[in-house]
Amino acid sequence: MKILKLIFKNSLRHKLRTALTIFGIAIAVIAFGLLRTVVTAWYSSVKAASANRLIVRQSVSFIFPLPYSYREKIAQVPGVKEVTFANWFGGTYIDKNNFFARLAVDADTYFEVYNEFVLPKDQLDTFKKERNSCVIGADIAKKYHLKLGDVITLDGDIYPGRWEFVVRGIYQPKFKSTDAMQMLFHWSYLDETMKQEMPGRAGDVGWFVVLINDPAQSASISNQIDGIFNNSTAETKTETEAAFQQGFIQSSSAIITSMNFISFVIIGIIMLVLGNTMIMSARERTREYAVLKTLGFSGKHLAGIILGESLLISFLGGGIGLLLTFPIVSGFSQFIPKGIFPVFEIEPITIIFSCGSAILIGIVAALFPIQRALTTRIVDGIRFSG
Amino acid sequence: MADIIQVKNVSKSYWRDSIETSVLHDISLDIKEGEFMALMGPSGSGKTTLLNLISGIDKPTRGEIIINGTDISRLNESSLAKWRSNNIGFVFQFYNLIPVLTAFENVELPILLTKLSKAERKQHVETALNIVGLNDRMDHYPKQLSGGQEQRVAIARAIVTDPVILVADEPTGDLDRNSAGEILILMERLNQEFNKTILMVTHDPHAASKAHVIRHLEKGDLIQETV
Repeated sequence: MKILKLIFKNSLRHKLRTALTIFGIAIAVIAFGLLRTVVTAWYSSVKAASANRLIVRQSVSFIFPLPYSYREKIAQVPGVKEVTFANWFGGTYIDKNNFFARLAVDADTYFEVYNEFVLPKDQLDTFKKERNSCVIGADIAKKYHLKLGDVITLDGDIYPGRWEFVVRGIYQPKFKSTDAMQMLFHWSYLDETMKQEMPGRAGDVGWFVVLINDPAQSASISNQIDGIFNNSTAETKTETEAAFQQGFIQSSSAIITSMNFISFVIIGIIMLVLGNTMIMSARERTREYAVLKTLGFSGKHLAGIILGESLLISFLGGGIGLLLTFPIVSGFSQFIPKGIFPVFEIEPITIIFSCGSAILIGIVAALFPIQRALTTRIVDGIRFSG
Repeated sequence: MADIIQVKNVSKSYWRDSIETSVLHDISLDIKEGEFMALMGPSGSGKTTLLNLISGIDKPTRGEIIINGTDISRLNESSLAKWRSNNIGFVFQFYNLIPVLTAFENVELPILLTKLSKAERKQHVETALNIVGLNDRMDHYPKQLSGGQEQRVAIARAIVTDPVILVADEPTGDLDRNSAGEILILMERLNQEFNKTILMVTHDPHAASKAHVIRHLEKGDLIQETV
């Protein structure tokens, strides 16, 4: 018989109590994993951002437009390779719950700047030729069973009216983190309509996307661009795409912070649950620990036996929880709109956090029982009747 | 025979809420190698305290305790733990077996700390269980054994390391007459056949009668010697 066997047998003394504790840890690890996955999914757009793209937006807020005429001036800044632009369209597709990004873009340049949207050349050519055509992401096509030639009808809100677009392209995401839930159509088509129906809104774009040659130059190029439009009626704020995405996320920072906080509170709670189990176990075995000391077991041996039992329970709970987290996260991802979280999967950092938490819980929960076992005198332990 | 246990002017006091309670007063006692001594006395007389001091699970307030040439009152906790595992076998009134371990595993516990191989450990455990007559119960758990059998397993656990001294605190106190008789016969055998020095605390005059020497404690003092 080895010490490990004693640890294993000790952990099974109160089978129901041990099973409930393992179950509790597993549930906590699942909840922790889910919350962390939501948090990491929230940041996935920042991770997916390209280092050599800058976003130029209105300095007050990205909801205010910029004049299309800025494009030429931006293109002349040294280090700028290409300039494209986009405009948030909004609108409703069939039902308000059908959320995905609908953007009016420059058909000639948008796919050059966003080369992670992989579109076959023949589809791109057709898209460029037809002013009322659109390109949709593969996830939209899959979700709404759309194919080339189908018509998408949008009810406009920011841009009132009934808008019809013919699907001429379906792009595939180049990377796992690439958003495949975007609908892109001609800005010129939108602008022409505005010129006719709302002339005051014609000639505006939402933001410019600047492709630069050297990401190391992003700060100086940003300063130069903003310098051009200083003291104009529409001053600009130029930042990296990652910073721009971060700005979006900042608006939800309270929610993310809460989720982060709750995820660690869960770890704290389960630490108390296991700690309570270990304290009860150690108290019940006060006399046995005294007997083991009498037989020559040192403090290190007792600490090892208690810590081993605590770690065994926390590893079992953590392992079961982690294994179950994968199918549960996968199940959740089926119900979460892809337009909100393009990537909703367990990140390696979440696995590391979960494993680390299981180890930490095991260690912390064992500290008090170890301290008690080591400081109780043999003669007091032998007399103990708990 | 040389003195294997020398207790020199030992006193023991406990402090509770700044009040000193003196339990043993200037005790001196010698026990020869191979001797079987019974310590008797009323409850609270200090006999278990003296047993604990001699077996190294408690420390005297004053005085020296020299066992087999080692002054154990000067050893630190870890040295004392190692010394106990090599020199002392314990038998408790309530057996104190680990309930989740079989008889074999309980007896094996003390030698898990040694460098013996698995095969050697098995041989030692089987020998110890054979001496106490329980080699047919080695796979039984404590709850599957009678009180007398549990105490015999506890004795096997005490002798598995082949200690020079056996200390027993009321070893028959929780047993019926027949079982108690068997335990006493076993202890006599350990003393006579295996030359174990035995120090036994007991209330029972019949149990004490098996000893070579009976010492009485009263209110912390050794009062008389009976041979």
